[in-house]
Amino acid sequence: MIEVKNITKSFDGKTILHDVSAKFYSGKTNLIIGQSGSGKTVLMKSIVGLVRPDKGEILYDGRDLLKMTDRQTKRLRHEIGMLFQGSALFDSETVLGNVMFPLMMFSDKSREEQLERAHFCINRVNLGGAESKYPSEISGGMQKRVAIARAIALNPRYLFCDEPNSGLDPKTSILIDELLHDITVEYDITTIINTHDMNSVLGIGDNIVFLNKGHREWVGDKNRIFTISNEALNDFVFATRLFQEVKDYIISQGENERD
Amino acid sequence: MILTKALEDLGKYTLFLKRAFGLPDRWGVFARRTVKEVMKLGIDSIPLVMVVSVFIGAVCIIQMQLNFESPMLPAYTVGLATRDIVLLEFSNSIMCLILAGKVGSSIASEIGTMRVTEQIDALDIMGVNSTNYLVLPKIVGFVGFMPVLVVFCIATSLAGGWLVAVFTDLISVSRYLYGIQALFNEWYVWYGIIKSVVFAFIIASVSSYFGYNVKGGALEVGKASTNAVVSSSILILLFDVILTKLLLQ
Repeated sequence: MIEVKNITKSFDGKTILHDVSAKFYSGKTNLIIGQSGSGKTVLMKSIVGLVRPDKGEILYDGRDLLKMTDRQTKRLRHEIGMLFQGSALFDSETVLGNVMFPLMMFSDKSREEQLERAHFCINRVNLGGAESKYPSEISGGMQKRVAIARAIALNPRYLFCDEPNSGLDPKTSILIDELLHDITVEYDITTIINTHDMNSVLGIGDNIVFLNKGHREWVGDKNRIFTISNEALNDFVFATRLFQEVKDYIISQGENERD
Repeated sequence: MILTKALEDLGKYTLFLKRAFGLPDRWGVFARRTVKEVMKLGIDSIPLVMVVSVFIGAVCIIQMQLNFESPMLPAYTVGLATRDIVLLEFSNSIMCLILAGKVGSSIASEIGTMRVTEQIDALDIMGVNSTNYLVLPKIVGFVGFMPVLVVFCIATSLAGGWLVAVFTDLISVSRYLYGIQALFNEWYVWYGIIKSVVFAFIIASVSSYFGYNVKGGALEVGKASTNAVVSSSILILLFDVILTKLLLQ
């Protein structure tokens, strides 16, 4: 489990995160949602250590990231996998090379075992046969899957995903969501996903943290999101007519059942 | 204000180098990457070095012959002057200024692109010392291969002069060959190699620094590439003066 306590972060005198606290559970897909500029990227970067908060605590199963020595931080990083918005694959490496990279750098396994693990991860994301292709030769959805395979290569305890569905068509987005959810449950990983894709929220939102203007406005799950009365969250989640109609329908169904 | 900014940049550059010169996480990976950088930055530069050197060598001998036509000067002066220009300045300083354009912009744009596409963040998240992983093989590879480029440059420059002697009637081949061997000072070769090694370090490290610290998008990568070439060139000229004073006096 990852717990953040009273995180505050300012840039050039402007406070981006105000005293944010939240818990992210293992074996669940934890979503950070909010409008652009709400501070969700800063929160995620703070949690992974790319940005240092002005105050607060970030606890990885009780271990405070902000109080760790360099050596401890490095050890913790080996337990972290991250999927970036643009995949961040190494252009000069093939699919296999990308997935092998963390294994080559940090695994004590033999070369054969590393290759076996890399092939297992590639097959786990259904990319068998694409091992020798370069990132520029595969689609955006495939690149995301390679990035997931690379992220899970070292059996991470914590998985971070920064807008994993950006730039993908709805069908591929659902595939990526399902893959992330399955991997999270299968390996009991603490997965944190930064998103503003409502399909993800309603599909895999086991634990949702809603940020609004740098404040933690609401915490819940996908089942509770239809019945909440928080105005900012309603404006954000049900911004489109389709989602508003879905919400009205679900509420009316609930009322009918009560009657 | 400018002085403060310069000192701030120097401090950042020093800290950057400190991170780059840590021990590699995996020596095997470091060795493989270094070999790749030798191929990319060194061996791939040989054609450019040879083409430029042949023409400069040829132009030097023509200009020397046209300007040294005096009965007061011994016959070997033209070859000797051409050789010393090549050994003392062209094969190291001028060649490194040219390589700052090719290699410097390549390094800055490669690392800059990795920065804006979050590849460096990905390395950091994995616990890799990204500065050390990306920059050290470039510095070691380029600095290590630079003496080879200098030797190629010297050889092809002198060959350029020889071609002029063979295919024109400006100077006889025997006079040219005698000239380039006359009053040879071996230290000039070492002086050129020492200078070029320092310049190679400047090109690789300064260009990496500019690439690594790119913020923004593709436009900033281009700017970083330009700044890397300009800064490397200025530093090469500055250190050219300092090293000449130190090594030749």
